[in-house]
Amino acid sequence: MNRFRGFVIKEFFHIWRDPRTLLILVGIPVAQIMIFGFVISNDIKDLHIAVYDQSQDEVSREITNKIISSGYFILDQSIDHPSQIEESFKKGIVREVIVFGQDFGENLERLGVADLQIIADASDANTANLITNYTQAIINDYLKKLNATHQIPLKIETQVRMLFNEEMKGVYMFVPGTMALILMLISTMMTSISIAREKEFGTMEVLLVSPLKPVQIIIGKVAPYVALAFLDAVLILLMGVYVFKMPVLGSSTLLLLTALLYILMALSLGILISTIVKTQQVAMFISLIGLLLPTMLLSGFIFPIENMPLILQWVANILPFKYFIIMIKDIMLKGVGVAYIWKEGLVLLGFTLLFIALSVKKFKLRLE
Amino acid sequence: METQNQIAVKVGQLSRSYGKVKALDLLSFQIVKGELFGFIGPDGAGKTTLFRIIASLLLPDVGSVKVGDFDTVKDFKEIRKITGYMPGRFSLYHDLTVEENLNFYASIFGTSLEENYELIKDIYSAIEPFKKRRAGKLSGGMKQKLALSCALIHKPEILILDEPTTGVDAVSRVEFWDMLKHLKTMGITILVSTPYMDEASLCDRVALMQKGKILTIDKPESITANFKKEIRAVRSDNIYQLIIDLREYRHTESVHPFGQDVHFIEKGGISTTATELTDYLHQKGHHHIHIQNINAGIEDCFMDLMKEE
Repeated sequence: MNRFRGFVIKEFFHIWRDPRTLLILVGIPVAQIMIFGFVISNDIKDLHIAVYDQSQDEVSREITNKIISSGYFILDQSIDHPSQIEESFKKGIVREVIVFGQDFGENLERLGVADLQIIADASDANTANLITNYTQAIINDYLKKLNATHQIPLKIETQVRMLFNEEMKGVYMFVPGTMALILMLISTMMTSISIAREKEFGTMEVLLVSPLKPVQIIIGKVAPYVALAFLDAVLILLMGVYVFKMPVLGSSTLLLLTALLYILMALSLGILISTIVKTQQVAMFISLIGLLLPTMLLSGFIFPIENMPLILQWVANILPFKYFIIMIKDIMLKGVGVAYIWKEGLVLLGFTLLFIALSVKKFKLRLE
Repeated sequence: METQNQIAVKVGQLSRSYGKVKALDLLSFQIVKGELFGFIGPDGAGKTTLFRIIASLLLPDVGSVKVGDFDTVKDFKEIRKITGYMPGRFSLYHDLTVEENLNFYASIFGTSLEENYELIKDIYSAIEPFKKRRAGKLSGGMKQKLALSCALIHKPEILILDEPTTGVDAVSRVEFWDMLKHLKTMGITILVSTPYMDEASLCDRVALMQKGKILTIDKPESITANFKKEIRAVRSDNIYQLIIDLREYRHTESVHPFGQDVHFIEKGGISTTATELTDYLHQKGHHHIHIQNINAGIEDCFMDLMKEE
């Protein structure tokens, strides 16, 4: 155990003393998230909305006023027939329609529950998501003030509908995508480089003649990167949630476990690469060209896999990245539990075991 | 058998090839415990391959190697506990300090710097003032001392040093050999390889190697004593022309430059007198000619053996 500890301490020294490594570990995740995040604008101001008020009572008018006076929205028109909703969207000016149910105020007063629907133009998925969130926030704020004087809390059942793009494809893809990318970069590239470096400097020779077992050497090399990659995963998630207001609907534990599984998969791939290559340069080349590009292009991160030629779809299916992105997206955006993503999880686990098995087979106790 | 216990390394019929190149060709020899044993030969003689096989880092194609009672193929785990190996390139972590390098190597062998401090004290004390310095910033001689300290930190019974003095300044080389002699007094068997012939005389026994074969194994003084040919050291004002002219001389067997001198061996023993040789060289236009009979050095023997191969 002491041997192992000495090894891990040494690895941390390597990482700590190499400014480039530190830059990759901390700088790249932050920069990427920021770039992807801010390219997709998240500022809304003076957006045109329409209101279809079926009850026309005090409460519904009060809420409408509150929304309009927030400064984010301008009331473009009032609608009095459902058929006008789609019509108003098609003109391209109105981005959101708020629909108050019948007897809105009365229901709220008597039953404690009232229905409200928010319909957004989701052809610009990001904006649609933002404005519905803003609208909901304003309504919740109104409710909170109302509830301060009520004993039984009142509820407004808000139903959000995204028109033209119901599944909201493309929204928040940058967080799962960046995670897939960064974790792959750190885990695979850094481990393969750090093992290749030992070969290059001839220190591997001494490690091999030492009584250290190959497993100890590999785990010792990898352990610091598990920790660091995991910290990066947390960092990316925190930035996604706090800087870009990305929702986490599912369990955060499950989310972190998924990230950990992906990290282990990427690390075992890194080990596999390092057992094959002899120099840092080749390790870097394989990790960058061989892995980074597929991660970006074939994971569904930038281009939807469904739109790819069949051959590329097959390639995407035998690469592990896609499955991770599906899992992350489902947990964060759909809030699903293990029951829905265990298949993808198994695929990642399978990849991990395959890579480890191949590495163990390839790792040599001797030189060639 | 009593003598069996005294054998530190036993190599039998060992061969190893890289593709078509035979790096080692049917080597057999034994090294006694506590010996300071030198492998001497030019680059490509097979020294590094041999050391890697003894250190269990490479598998032999044919033949067997035993370190103590352990077979390098079967019992490599045991061998790795009792050997200290210093590869040709100094295998230090450049971004770690002197102290951290030592602590690291101590920890992976399951020991600590404090525990074996006595063993490396003489070597380590020279670099201890720089213990906070990164290994990459040390001079060649200091790197060498640190690498040796690292190889020694787990108290090995056998020390395998692959060209430890290559690329190290003359003063550090002398210091290094003094250290090896000191380690020998502690009973450590030392295998050292070097391309420098002048270091042969510092070993108990040497093996002269060339192209994967051992030309001869003996005590350095016996090797030179067994050299029966007579050698003349010749000197003149134009050493380059001197070599050419001597090669053309009718009695010549071999001519090799040795520093400022040219070592000259005649066919079938000395048949020309010094005066005859001087006259010949005068004719060829040489001045300040100086001829002296000398005893053979290891390098003379090596050159001669190489020629016979």
